[in-house]
Amino acid sequence: MSDSPVAVEQHGPELLHHFADAEQQRNAASLGMWIFLGTEIMFFGGMFCAYLIYRLAYYNEFAVASRTLSLPIGTINTAVLICSSLTVALSVRAAQLGKQKQIVVLLVLTLLFGLAFLGIKGYEWREKFVEHHVPGSSFSFDEPMPGHPEAKIDPRHAQIFFSLYFAMTGMHALHMIIGVGIFGVLIFMAWRGRFTPEYHTPVEIGGLYWHFVDIVWIYLFPLLYLIDRHK
Amino acid sequence: MSEHILPSKLYWTIWAILICLTVVTALVATVDLGWLNPVAALLIATGKATIVVLFFMHVKYTSEKLTAMVIVSALFWLLILLTLSLADYSTRPIG
Repeated sequence: MSDSPVAVEQHGPELLHHFADAEQQRNAASLGMWIFLGTEIMFFGGMFCAYLIYRLAYYNEFAVASRTLSLPIGTINTAVLICSSLTVALSVRAAQLGKQKQIVVLLVLTLLFGLAFLGIKGYEWREKFVEHHVPGSSFSFDEPMPGHPEAKIDPRHAQIFFSLYFAMTGMHALHMIIGVGIFGVLIFMAWRGRFTPEYHTPVEIGGLYWHFVDIVWIYLFPLLYLIDRHK
Repeated sequence: MSEHILPSKLYWTIWAILICLTVVTALVATVDLGWLNPVAALLIATGKATIVVLFFMHVKYTSEKLTAMVIVSALFWLLILLTLSLADYSTRPIG
């Protein structure tokens, strides 16, 4: 390197030289992930928009269809994801403090909560399959409207609810599976001692992604499960 | 990302609030509040999302202003999509 009038600080090997210092590199990584999450908001936003429009048009069928989902199971799954967000936030904190074993333990817990969520979701989907609520040639729907047994429920409109249900929870589950893969890699890296108080960016970035997937579910739960539970 | 190291008690407190709000939103759904039901459900969901963003995702403690700008912009564009689409469809004649 030619002689430079700029003072050069000591830094670890993780600092890439197109960044002025470690803090700028950290901020750039965080900003990059947030911009990606912005695109994800657009991605899920499209499906949420479709859901809202059809819910407006076919409210009765959506309410009846929503009631065939299990409220206790949906609530438990929401709690499972909230626990996983806690463990991932604590894992970032453990990395900031250099607590190597704690990082691994908390990342493993996060992964386990994620797998639990996926398992519960798989169980719910199987229930829908057994009840013939999966859109397609075997779809059949004849739940009555509570309080209005004579009201006409159009099964095609109910089928739209389930199309949206499977599309949205399916896309969400795909994001969870990707998150599980990412966290598997993070666990390996943590176990090898790759994270220090100065450098734990992968944990922070992975954490941001995981929290976002949690937030998508925080909105999916009331919209899909809680349309009309009071009759 | 800021280097503020937050006490673990803060994370546990946020977790407890999130769990409580989850239980509340499920219970409120079983009570008939008419048009308030979906409003309450979405308000609670937005509250939960906000504290996840501010505390779990550290946005409240970061010195990087661009982060907040990206979040607000993304939400703004999403609101354009939702508001204009719903304004169209909700004001069409039924049938």
